[in-house]
Amino acid sequence: MILSLEYRHSPARYLASRTVTATKAGSRLAGMVAGNMSPLRLINLAAPVPPDEGWTRVAPRLSGICGSDLGLLMGRSSPYFSSLSSTPFVPGHEVVGETLDELPDLPAGSRVVLDPVLSCEPRAIEACQWCASNRESRCDHVTTGAISPGVQTGSCAETGGGWSRQFVAHRSQLHPVPDSLDDERAVLVEPLACAVHAARRVPVPTGASVVVIGAGTVGLMTLLALREIAPTSPIHVVAKHGHQQERALALGATAVHEPSRAARALRRSTKARMHSPEWGAEFLLGGVDVVFECTGGAAGLDTALRLTRAGGTVVVSGMPSGNVDLAPLWFRELQLVGAYASDSGGPDEVARRSDFDEAIELAGAAPLDGWVEPPYPLRRWREALSHAVDAGKLGSVKIAFAPGKD
Amino acid sequence: MSRPGFVLTVDERTPPLLMHEGEGFRLERLPLGTRVVYPPDSLKPLRNVDAHIQHALLNPLGSEPLPELLRPDMRLTIVFDDLSLPLPQMQTPDVRQRVIEHVLELAAANGVDDVELIAANALHRRMTPAELKRVVGERVFRSFFPERLGNHDAEDSANMVEIGTTKHGEVVELNRRAMESDLIVYVNLTTTPMSGGPKSVSVGLASYRSLRHHHNVHTLRHSRSFNDPPNSAMHHSYERMADLVGDHVKVFTVETTLNNDTFPSSTGFLNKREWEWNVADQASYLAVKRGNDLMPAKARRKVWQKTVAPYGVTGVTAGRPSDVHPVTLDNVHRQQLTEVQGQADVGIFGLPYICPYNVNSIMNPILVMSLGLGYFFNLYKNQPIVRQGGTAIFYHPVPHEFHPVHHPSYIDFFDEVLTQSTDPAVLEKKYEEQFATDPWYIQLYRKSYAYHGVHPFYMWYWGAHALEHLSEVIFVGGDRRTTTRMGFKAASTLADALEIASHTVGRSPSITYQHAPPLVVADVR
Repeated sequence: MILSLEYRHSPARYLASRTVTATKAGSRLAGMVAGNMSPLRLINLAAPVPPDEGWTRVAPRLSGICGSDLGLLMGRSSPYFSSLSSTPFVPGHEVVGETLDELPDLPAGSRVVLDPVLSCEPRAIEACQWCASNRESRCDHVTTGAISPGVQTGSCAETGGGWSRQFVAHRSQLHPVPDSLDDERAVLVEPLACAVHAARRVPVPTGASVVVIGAGTVGLMTLLALREIAPTSPIHVVAKHGHQQERALALGATAVHEPSRAARALRRSTKARMHSPEWGAEFLLGGVDVVFECTGGAAGLDTALRLTRAGGTVVVSGMPSGNVDLAPLWFRELQLVGAYASDSGGPDEVARRSDFDEAIELAGAAPLDGWVEPPYPLRRWREALSHAVDAGKLGSVKIAFAPGKD
Repeated sequence: MSRPGFVLTVDERTPPLLMHEGEGFRLERLPLGTRVVYPPDSLKPLRNVDAHIQHALLNPLGSEPLPELLRPDMRLTIVFDDLSLPLPQMQTPDVRQRVIEHVLELAAANGVDDVELIAANALHRRMTPAELKRVVGERVFRSFFPERLGNHDAEDSANMVEIGTTKHGEVVELNRRAMESDLIVYVNLTTTPMSGGPKSVSVGLASYRSLRHHHNVHTLRHSRSFNDPPNSAMHHSYERMADLVGDHVKVFTVETTLNNDTFPSSTGFLNKREWEWNVADQASYLAVKRGNDLMPAKARRKVWQKTVAPYGVTGVTAGRPSDVHPVTLDNVHRQQLTEVQGQADVGIFGLPYICPYNVNSIMNPILVMSLGLGYFFNLYKNQPIVRQGGTAIFYHPVPHEFHPVHHPSYIDFFDEVLTQSTDPAVLEKKYEEQFATDPWYIQLYRKSYAYHGVHPFYMWYWGAHALEHLSEVIFVGGDRRTTTRMGFKAASTLADALEIASHTVGRSPSITYQHAPPLVVADVR
């Protein structure tokens, strides 16, 4: 038996959480909701069993709390995903851990980070068109094959997840961690790979104006990735909290703006014109070439659409939630591009290093010290979730569990 | 004859003194020994203003009478000061209306058909039709608006013309219609010594290209003060430009001056010296103060903005600008000049609710700065009332409020520019051009009712001399966030302000309170 945080199927709790956090007052209680109203519980479960010899058991050393995890627990995630997961499952997909079984090219005891996507290869089925072209994040087979449905480890009933003392992972999901990369940096590799993936989703021409909306983990890492890809482009970051603004500047942001000031500031830097509708936020005619929405909130996407120039691109990097006025998308003929998880480099014609390889290298070089708070043991899961919900306000970036700790 | 200006020294018998603080006021007990500078009593107004106007037009200084300058085939442009003068707005009929009506009657009598009226708003916001109507009157408005009555547009390049360059290399670019006229009649209102004269045409009808030669940090730091034209580098530049204008087009100016009847009878105590308040004044103070404090903020602003002054006209002088203006300045000095012996360690100023750029609008923090460190600090001749390295204490709440239509570039200036630096020279070098040429600000200036993008910079430069001269600026009752952003300090009370100031001026500083409005210019010997 292993200690785990288990998420159960409970429409009533999901709806209750969703209802409470949908209100302004309720959203202030999001930490409490995630810890008390969500269908999450700490229990001892039978350890998951590797489905075949291509799998190994993994003991997580650190396991991060992602915005998508919080969205799920607060009832904010889209019901769209309900048919793409199998319950009960153990959340947690940002993991650095240690393998427990021997694999042909990976000895037991190896320190690894997890690529959580459960694509065709772990499912032991013939590669779909996307997996065949190294774009595993687009896999069409996430509900079929040898294991139960689940887009990722952390939403699949059979694999277990990072918020436990043990889960199972396929060899193709595991990336050895160099000794030079400590656990605090290694646990950031998965979100960093997602950021690399998002930054690569659209071309950023030299000198193009770029805005990153949000400066939580996703936003800061997207900035980090963009700085590598477009070193000379002006990159503006919309950040709510002072420490986020400081971190963004330290990572090379051209300028940072408070959300309420963003439209005005970007209007000036892009020589656009600003208009104020009778209802709703200000918007630009002219504006930014490429916007990365990294908050996952409706307000962030709404802002992104209002700041982008005609024909420009909005990349949705945070898991979206809520309703957004799409009038600017239509009127300004914008391109809306999704960016989900990571892949291993794309088809041969655009072949490049995998997002994870890039992320591991970046994690070793980037100024990420102090980004991960002292980890919580699983038993203090309510405090950990509450801290994660208020991370921005509390000056934190990444909250993680140390599942092996008591 | 009205009494001259007066300097009171506060002693045990001195009552608490009135202090303006934005859309409010209070009675403040000042430390013993504080000198209080009062303006001369309000001058007796001219009895028959129309007759004086008629007389001035027919007996001008340094020029032929106006009728002799008018002929049927000519192009006549009447230019008038915009709504930044007087403050508060005067009760109707505005003296400009009266003058314009007389000029138009003479023009009609002499068969002049090609007449156009232009508000000399330079880079100020356009006046709305209602505001134009208020200044020129119903009859003129109905006859000329909109085809032949409107605002100057400094960004309408097709209707601007460069008439030359001064010997100091200053480009003079002015309104084409006016410059290509046979005669400009400039209808002026001079309420401070800085206004009128060479400033009228060369500033009121200018473009940014032209204005930047005198509205800059260097010039303003060397204008000591800009209310003392002979010692004002800014006015020297105006004069050079006005000479060029004079070579190019005939200008017939009509300058008017007002007395100090600034507040209507309902708040008449604001026009009086406190120890002369009678029982009715004291009751009125209590009632108005209480009512004002209890009123919701929006209603309070509306009431203040609707206040009109019962100004009396004290002078009408017409003719060649260089001959007219000295007479006008004499009239202004007669009303506003008070002699003060020596400077003080601390200067106190109560800032009222109005400045030239928030008529029918909101006084934002930049305008408060400009009113305090620009206009009020510079209400002197010879030398400032505060010594070099002294402290200025202003009374104003400095709320974080901006009018989104009138002052869009101010919002960005406050949020983006002042967060980088408050040094006028740094701001001028790094940001002025960006704001001045920003197409959106230009569009809002031309098509909406916004001040030009560069205007907040000018307001900041307006205080450049004071910023250099003072070692400390403190706002009593000021919002900490806004005052800190601007590099100043906030204090809850005068005692706190003096405590803060004690680090630079000691514990027993000499203090001078410039008691305004009504406006007073300190002639500091």
